[in-house]
Amino acid sequence: MIKAKPKPLEEIIDNVKDLNKLLIAGCDGCVTVCEAGGLKEVKILAAALRLYFTQAGKQVQVDEASLTRQCEKEYLAQLSDRMEGYDAAVSLACGVGAQYLAEMYNHKPVFPGVDTCFLGVNEERGLYSERCQACGRCILAETGGICPITRCSKRMLNGPCGGSDKGKCEINPDIPCGWELIYERLKTLGQLDRFERPVEPKDWTTSRDGGPRKIVREDLRI
Amino acid sequence: MRLQYSPNLRIIEVPCTGKVDILHLLQAFENGADGVLVAGCKEGDCHYMVGNLHAKTRVKRAKEILDTVGLGAERVAMYNLSSGEGGRFVEIVTEMTNKILELGPSPIRGAMEKGKMIREAEEVTT
Repeated sequence: MIKAKPKPLEEIIDNVKDLNKLLIAGCDGCVTVCEAGGLKEVKILAAALRLYFTQAGKQVQVDEASLTRQCEKEYLAQLSDRMEGYDAAVSLACGVGAQYLAEMYNHKPVFPGVDTCFLGVNEERGLYSERCQACGRCILAETGGICPITRCSKRMLNGPCGGSDKGKCEINPDIPCGWELIYERLKTLGQLDRFERPVEPKDWTTSRDGGPRKIVREDLRI
Repeated sequence: MRLQYSPNLRIIEVPCTGKVDILHLLQAFENGADGVLVAGCKEGDCHYMVGNLHAKTRVKRAKEILDTVGLGAERVAMYNLSSGEGGRFVEIVTEMTNKILELGPSPIRGAMEKGKMIREAEEVTT
């Protein structure tokens, strides 16, 4: 899932301090799971902003909403009769949702309320770590189900490198060496012979080559 | 025991401080509270294991928010004591009440009252 973390409150206040009617728009998707942008976070941010404006002697309307997903027009349309009344919206969705909200309500400023970080897993509550870089051509079948593009700091296709030390990466002893993980996993699977076949140079054309990417699935389109 | 403490304190009972949410803390200030005191069990003594530790992190976050919005982190505090420590409870309440008296009324309450007066004046003129 997409992982995000709340933006510093000071930064959000700086963006909205001169406005009079604000909508805090959350997303019930990925950002809710990592507790950065669901209805709960919407309520917390709205309460904090109301406190800020009230103590500053300003009467500012701060309203709350949370959509099932901000990355879909159908859900964004639920705001169509409300958006006109606001000076701006603070989106607590990921960068995708915030941009789609801005695209849908073109004439209204949309400020991000979270910093979108990566595609990752919930290791435990409050601890999220990266697992995928969305390179567009998955090689997990070759690497024991562990992605060297994400887990190796150098994105090496044939590791480990000389910086691997006792199973840790040279850039930080808290980071496991991705290729050590791959080795151990292939050993468990009895597939260590894969190390005898070098991975061919990766086709990076699916990863940011040619600008913003698009998927067209003719079988799904109506 | 018949111990006396400041009467300007409203006690809101919860089953465990683990129930105290950051929204409860912020909404108390939105409703004009001058300060909020969270009284939880001693660390390590929680019947639900970690309820008071959850409350501790929420109070910490509330402090950060209150500081950022200009109300001041000192207006919210958490104390840990057992239910058998009536004397300590009075000490804590007195300490917190004195601290809030020093800080003065919450600016939110002042703004709420001002807003109410403006609305009433507008109603009279219309």
